[in-house]
Amino acid sequence: MELFLHQVLAGIATGGIYACMALAIVMIYQAIDHLNFAQGEMAMFSTFIAWQLIQWEVPYWAAFFMTLAISFAGGYLIERLIMRPIHNAPILSHVALFIALFAVINSLAGFIWEYQIKSFPTPFGTHSLLGEGLISGHDAGMVGVTVAMLVFLFLFFRYTRIGLAMRAAAANPESARLVGIRVEWMLALGWGMAASIGAIAGMLIAPVVFLEPNMMGSILLYGFAGAVVGGLTSPGGAVVGGVLVGVIENLAGTFIPYIGRELKLSIALALIVFVLTVKPSGLFGRSVVHRV
Amino acid sequence: MKTRSPFTDLIAFFGALAIALAPYWRWLVFCLVLLIVLPLPFLVKNFFVFQLTLAMIYAIAILGLNLLTGFNGQFSLGHSAFYAIGAYTAAILMDQYGVAYYWTLPIAGIVCFGAGFLFGLPALRLEGIYLALATFALAVAMPQILKLSPIEHWTGGVQGIVIIKPNAPFGLPLNPDRWLYYFTLAVTLVLFLCAYNLVSSRTGRAMKAIRDNAIAANAMGINLSLYKSLTFGVSAFYTGVAGALGGIVVQFVAPDSFTFALSVALFVGLVVGGVGSIAGALFGAWFVLFVPNIAEHVSKGLAGAVYGIMLILLIYLMPSGLAGLVRLVVMRFAKAAR
Repeated sequence: MELFLHQVLAGIATGGIYACMALAIVMIYQAIDHLNFAQGEMAMFSTFIAWQLIQWEVPYWAAFFMTLAISFAGGYLIERLIMRPIHNAPILSHVALFIALFAVINSLAGFIWEYQIKSFPTPFGTHSLLGEGLISGHDAGMVGVTVAMLVFLFLFFRYTRIGLAMRAAAANPESARLVGIRVEWMLALGWGMAASIGAIAGMLIAPVVFLEPNMMGSILLYGFAGAVVGGLTSPGGAVVGGVLVGVIENLAGTFIPYIGRELKLSIALALIVFVLTVKPSGLFGRSVVHRV
Repeated sequence: MKTRSPFTDLIAFFGALAIALAPYWRWLVFCLVLLIVLPLPFLVKNFFVFQLTLAMIYAIAILGLNLLTGFNGQFSLGHSAFYAIGAYTAAILMDQYGVAYYWTLPIAGIVCFGAGFLFGLPALRLEGIYLALATFALAVAMPQILKLSPIEHWTGGVQGIVIIKPNAPFGLPLNPDRWLYYFTLAVTLVLFLCAYNLVSSRTGRAMKAIRDNAIAANAMGINLSLYKSLTFGVSAFYTGVAGALGGIVVQFVAPDSFTFALSVALFVGLVVGGVGSIAGALFGAWFVLFVPNIAEHVSKGLAGAVYGIMLILLIYLMPSGLAGLVRLVVMRFAKAAR
């Protein structure tokens, strides 16, 4: 029982990372109706910008908010310059474009900042809060920031005019345009916000996994998994899904004998496929009904 | 009175010739391509022959993916897994049981057909992004499964399996690279022909009907679950054969050659060549094999960025792949001629 609890807590700590990423993924999915495969690389690039600012002796929180602003502008520009021209292309071309973006951003970051591992500071401290090194101050802070972000997003989409307009633009561009919403602006805004949320995720994750151009590889995978398990239409579900993936991964590694440790990731993914076959829209997602 | 120059005569002659030959243009293109590819191995270096062989193998795999995505509307990011199953089937058969390399292809294909069919069954419930994620899980899990210690005896674990390159049979005066080139060429021709016939058959029409409107197809009496999982199986068959060929040509299989990156490469090839175009797979394979090399030549440090920018430009230039562009150009000309 003791071991079980420990593993669950450790799972929640890593799950916090995935939840962060999953939230960013769901966010952009809500805003643009696509899964962005370059999301992890965008977050990584933002984190490098923050690192560079801190190297130039900007205080942490100033660097934090400057990075958010720069990322917002970056996301906005990517939408305007790269996504806009092929707006009407088939969805598969969009996915290929995301893959291209992935390659470009990854390679640029490696070119500018090189591939050595860099450490990234945390504002929450690394002392352990609970048990022996199970949940550190940073882990708790990460979960706290994720939850705060979630509440903020909920309020934004639920109670502000611009949030409503963004939801309308993503759900039904035609009708949204007819009631006077500037759909193009909303899409660009969504990209900007998604980039900022990704930047927050990146800056929270970097102290744990260290900073380097390929840091987001596996995290993005888990983030996707968490987002889909929770349901791509539900930000809250994404956070729960992310944590769940972390916990399941940890438990499978500990309690399934012989092959558990080697197949940690596979078991987590198999579980996801199982969840999807039983409940195709994710645990908390709305099922989308199409008109025939 | 206008004087007829020999030049206008020539144009008129070629115009008439073009009109006369128009119904046979597929055969003409085919013969032209054969004329180019048959003597090619004797004109270029051995390493380039090897790369051309690899390009054909990728083309088969991309064609398999295209049958699933382009003609049946099901996404897959997991075809690297079927490629791996094919490659490992061939390698284990040759390494452990001494089976001749040409027999491993159909066996690998059948094994992959089974795997694809079985995976297609739960995938029936999933659509779009969710199917993409499920197949993605398959791609990510496959290298780990191959490294698993209980089956290390067959798979060779992390080290993988080394295969011996087959020599040309009947004492043909060909080195192994050239022989494998012709062998692969033959397999490619047969498989492309089969795919072409498949999609223009009754079954192919059912596949396309499901892609265009599943509910309407169901109402017309098409068995959705059967056709969808069968397509998954056939798609995996193609990719498995490609995997077996790939294993033989590269002479080596290891878990980390079949990661998610391979699935991404196949996907890029599919989009660049043209979704739903059989010949497009060839161009797609050429792109994913050679463009990264070109990018590396342009700049070592920024190879990824150069590749990405080339991909972006290509998508701007032809949003629906090379096949889409060709279709557009042909339509323009047809309009102008009328």
